[in-house]
Amino acid sequence: MDIGAQEHTASRGTIGILGAGRVGTAIARLAVAAGYRVKIATSKPAAENALIIEIVTPGAEAVDAAEAAGSDLVVVAVPLHKYKSVNADALAGAVVVDAMNYWSVTDGDIADFEVDDRSSSEVVAAHLSASRVVKSFNHIGYHEMEPDSAAPGTADRRALAIASNDAAAKEQVAAFIDALGFDVVDAGELASGKAYEPGTDVFNGRFNANELSMKLRPSLVTA
Amino acid sequence: MEIGAYSFGDTQRNTDGTLRSTTEAIANLFEAIKHADAQGLDYFGVGEHHTATMPASSPGAMIAAAAAATGQITLGSAASIIGTDDPVRIFQQFAIADAISGGGRVEITAGRGSSVETFPLFGHSLEEYDELYAEKLDLLMTINNATTENVTWSGTVRPALDNLAVVPRPASGKLPIWLATGGNASSSARAGQLGLPVSYGIIGGAPHRFAPLAELYRRSGAAAGHAPETLKVSVGALGFVAPTKKEALERFYPGWHNLNVEMGQLRGWPAPDKRAYLAQADAPGAYYVGAPDEVAERIAHLHGHLGHMRHFLQMDLGGIPQEHLLESITLLATEVKPRVARLLAQK
Repeated sequence: MDIGAQEHTASRGTIGILGAGRVGTAIARLAVAAGYRVKIATSKPAAENALIIEIVTPGAEAVDAAEAAGSDLVVVAVPLHKYKSVNADALAGAVVVDAMNYWSVTDGDIADFEVDDRSSSEVVAAHLSASRVVKSFNHIGYHEMEPDSAAPGTADRRALAIASNDAAAKEQVAAFIDALGFDVVDAGELASGKAYEPGTDVFNGRFNANELSMKLRPSLVTA
Repeated sequence: MEIGAYSFGDTQRNTDGTLRSTTEAIANLFEAIKHADAQGLDYFGVGEHHTATMPASSPGAMIAAAAAATGQITLGSAASIIGTDDPVRIFQQFAIADAISGGGRVEITAGRGSSVETFPLFGHSLEEYDELYAEKLDLLMTINNATTENVTWSGTVRPALDNLAVVPRPASGKLPIWLATGGNASSSARAGQLGLPVSYGIIGGAPHRFAPLAELYRRSGAAAGHAPETLKVSVGALGFVAPTKKEALERFYPGWHNLNVEMGQLRGWPAPDKRAYLAQADAPGAYYVGAPDEVAERIAHLHGHLGHMRHFLQMDLGGIPQEHLLESITLLATEVKPRVARLLAQK
């Protein structure tokens, strides 16, 4: 690594990504492009992922899950039915972005998410009880992330929603999303994440910040 | 480059939008495969699907019938949902179809399936999704790679085989078995490690974005010691051919619209948006919709990124008229295929 690159990554910080599927790798490529140091882990040992990471997310590092969990910000993008395999102790205190969705028609019914009417991120947050969970990236298709990302100030820039009970965590995630190429709209508390889950207008569409705010307003009023 | 088509069976609609019979859909599919063979298309894939609008639920039965009624075309599943079926039965059905074809024209493509209809239908638990897929693929390969009729295998998701006969054997000893994936990186790595040819289903986004996956596949295969010529890539995508681009867009759109309305109700997909359709139907979008020149150029362009050896299109979506499907097949075989060959020869 050359000196310039080191300075660059130091200025941005380190992003850990759990999951090397289509969502995790798309976020990783955007984060590398934005100048973050990116560490990706799956349930497998790092060495088994090395070739995948080298080719599919050049510039990111394949690491073990424990190392990824120690990053400045951690994105969880594993298949939702495996969310309990994410080590909650390792993520204690961490700012965690939940990029997952409960989408029973494609993934089947998962009992934990059927039992009550909490948002899916609240169920995830109950497992990651010591983490500062922020819901985002769930309502953009993995194949839309790179083509739709744009520099700050770009006209009609696509916006992503965030929801969390932790204001400081939300601020940190908002800066990350902006660096990756999207405007950010605050949807409110983690429970408000329901407003952009599968089946909603927000989940199904592409919106700039004004449009997204309008779409989320009814849920903010009732929250 | 092989040029082909695939279908899940497509149920026609009445003018009021209601569905006609699934029997008619299967008869239409059978006619389309025979037509593809007569026109010189290289490949026809029958996709396992279990909905009233796409009722080709048993590719093995369809392919056996098609094997008897065709002479040159390669027939395969696109794909067989391996996790919720019995690999012994899949192998037997396709080996029988292979014998009927005269030998060497039948393939299996094994996939996970993007939807979960087969889990309640065949009594499987979604919690076993990954284990079912991995173990049953292993069993299918074990049967295919056996040097005798008797197979021994054991696992956790179905009873063991202790030196039991699985017959008939394919005419050439083995059936080609492909691995289908929609673009998950670990699936590409797995296909390479197993030395199986890989079939990419590209139904959204820019197809050339699959280039790193194809590289990952080939490098994983090489690292596992598989010869480069065994590491083949094919691409299945949505598309439609008509004499002009305008006609192709007009003929394909109503079915695309119907499909998206239906999937929207079923899975919460976005409402159909004609702008999104038009964007996908031009380079670098995912749909190969156009006149023969444009479709051929786009296939050749993708070949520059993926080096794939087969490109096949799903053309019958949402109840398009059968005569439009047959014409699209004719154009694909007689106009697109020679153009792709010329374009690739010039490189």
